[in-house]
Amino acid sequence: MAVPVQAGGAEVVVGRRKREWPLAVILLLPSAVVFGLFVFYPLARTIQLGMYRSDPFGGLGRYVGPSQYWDVLTSESFLRSLGVTLKFAALTVPTGLGLGLGLAVLGHQQLRGIGVYRTIFSSTVATSVAVASLMWLTLLNPSIGLVNQALTKLGHEPIIFLQRPGWALVSVAMATVWQNLGFTFIVISAGLQSVPDELLESARIDGAGPWRRFREVTLPLLSPTLLFAFVVLSINAFQTFGQVDLLTHGGPLHSTELLVYHVFQRTSNDPSTAAAEAVVLFGIVLLLTLVQLRVLERRVHYGD
Amino acid sequence: MASVAFEHVTKRFGDVVAVEDLDLHVDDREFLVLLGPSGCGKSTALRMIAGLEEPTEGAIRIGEHRVDGVDPKDRDLAMVFQSYALYPHKSVRQNIEFPLRSRKVPPAERTQLVQDAAGQLGLSTLLDRKPRELSGGQRQRVALARAIVRRPAVFLMDEPLSNLDANMRTATRAELVELHQRLGTTFVYVTHDQVEAMTMATRVAVMSEGSLQQLGVPQEVYDRPANVFVAQFIGSPPMNVVPGPVAAPLGVGRDDVVVGIRPEHLMIGTAGISAIVRVVESLGHERHVLCEADGHRLIVRCPAHGDAPVEGDAVHLSARPEHLHLFDASSGQRVA
Ligand SMILES: Nc1ncnc2c1ncn2[C@@H]1O[C@H](COP(=O)(O)OP(=O)(O)OP(=O)(O)O)[C@@H](O)[C@H]1O
Ligand SMILES: [Mg+2]
Repeated sequence: MAVPVQAGGAEVVVGRRKREWPLAVILLLPSAVVFGLFVFYPLARTIQLGMYRSDPFGGLGRYVGPSQYWDVLTSESFLRSLGVTLKFAALTVPTGLGLGLGLAVLGHQQLRGIGVYRTIFSSTVATSVAVASLMWLTLLNPSIGLVNQALTKLGHEPIIFLQRPGWALVSVAMATVWQNLGFTFIVISAGLQSVPDELLESARIDGAGPWRRFREVTLPLLSPTLLFAFVVLSINAFQTFGQVDLLTHGGPLHSTELLVYHVFQRTSNDPSTAAAEAVVLFGIVLLLTLVQLRVLERRVHYGD
Repeated sequence: MASVAFEHVTKRFGDVVAVEDLDLHVDDREFLVLLGPSGCGKSTALRMIAGLEEPTEGAIRIGEHRVDGVDPKDRDLAMVFQSYALYPHKSVRQNIEFPLRSRKVPPAERTQLVQDAAGQLGLSTLLDRKPRELSGGQRQRVALARAIVRRPAVFLMDEPLSNLDANMRTATRAELVELHQRLGTTFVYVTHDQVEAMTMATRVAVMSEGSLQQLGVPQEVYDRPANVFVAQFIGSPPMNVVPGPVAAPLGVGRDDVVVGIRPEHLMIGTAGISAIVRVVESLGHERHVLCEADGHRLIVRCPAHGDAPVEGDAVHLSARPEHLHLFDASSGQRVA
């Protein structure tokens, strides 16, 4: 809720701000140095590197200018990787949201022992990418994996999930959805808690069944939360690296080569192109982050 | 149109007894006010009528029917919540329309009913606004309109005026009474405000700690409170209550009673209980003289103008015998 600032109060605040400048600078200095050294300087260097042609000895090489960004943006391998990433986002974000919403609604019921389920549903936030990937590597293993054992029991041929072009991306997506589920569950559960009971009770008295109550009361009030989760999951999709590195190495036939992995592979043989690609990726994620900040702001001011 | 009855209803939440052995019959078309201090179980009682809570023991009837296990939507009632519970993302029109849409009323009829309800509550020009664009009083009207739009048999209200300022509250009280007369439906109204109870109720049910203390028309409850709790809860300033011996100068010859005297019935004169004036409060239209007699506080209501004692005066307080309320000293129940 916004606190109204009175005119006189504002002047006092401005006056105090001026006096507190030196202190502010001193307090900000440590983090400014750390950010400058480890974020802004490398970022600037990367943008610069993106405008040179790599030389074989690791120097800056020949200057080609901003046009290299355009070349990279339109290059076949970058567009292919961007396509894979979009497909990956399309596979992970809606499923992640849907499953998270479903679990959160189940977890919101007042039942005996529901706490156990809530803990289980949230537990994936406590697993690292490495652990999650190893787990899925084992689960999807063609000979000893549980998934294929189940398929065989059902009379189906085993599927070599991680090596078949059609299946590899789906498999990485499954691992990712699973890994993100804890986060989605927690965020949406919190959103559900904030829907006032009285609204649902009122709707109940007014004759709305469970489905109408969900669709017309819960869901609209939950939409800022869902939008927030949507943006975070999208950013995650654009930043995915670990699962790809551990499960498929971008293969087969580049079918799981997400943007970060693509940039990572480029870095060794063509650092300046990789730099240009990294900057473009940065732009995309920055855009998503700005959307996210807007959404967060809306969330904070919602409901007054 | 329906009556509502609690038949020996008890409601427990774990160890907490919210409502205890409540036996109460609300007549058809009555405006019954459930009155009591915070936490006495009034909301719980109301929520049991609505079906939002089930009684632990006993039964509730609406009309002829026992409603245990009947879904709230099948009880033919509407409820106004203290927070109004308006849907923030829906317009005023959609809010009022919601109960009709939920019950599959055809669109043409819906429009007509919404217009009627909105017209009755002076909302016709606000139909396209969102709740957040309305004042507190307007929101409260939307909640009322949403409740009346379907013409339910019973109307439940849980402290619907407590979020309004004093002027709005006074104005809305009168409108609610008028609405009740116009609709001719049963109202069950929960409040902790005795003024609301006195001004609106056809009968008032006073509750304390989960149980019913007294049921009656407001004037009767005021004139003959059933026990010390009711005596002190209703009336402002509250009734003076002193032990029997203190009231001996007024002709009370018993030590096993406590004596209640309303502030307007105490007279300052030359005979009666001797007391010292501690504070004189002026309210504009009247004065309250706070006296102390034998360690007990007594409030006397005096006219705003004319002679009145000042702080430190020694006075004598008297009252006519018919204005003395006697309650049993140990049980607190009325004896005369
Ligand atoms: N869902 C619940 N779980 C546990 N205890 C409850 C629940 N609802 C109410 N109670 C308890 O029951 C008692 C009566 O509550 P209730 O809400 O009916 O009081 P009230 O008279 O409406 O009070 P107020 O004027 O403050 O609204 C209180 O002690 C309260 O703590
Ligand atoms: Mg209450």
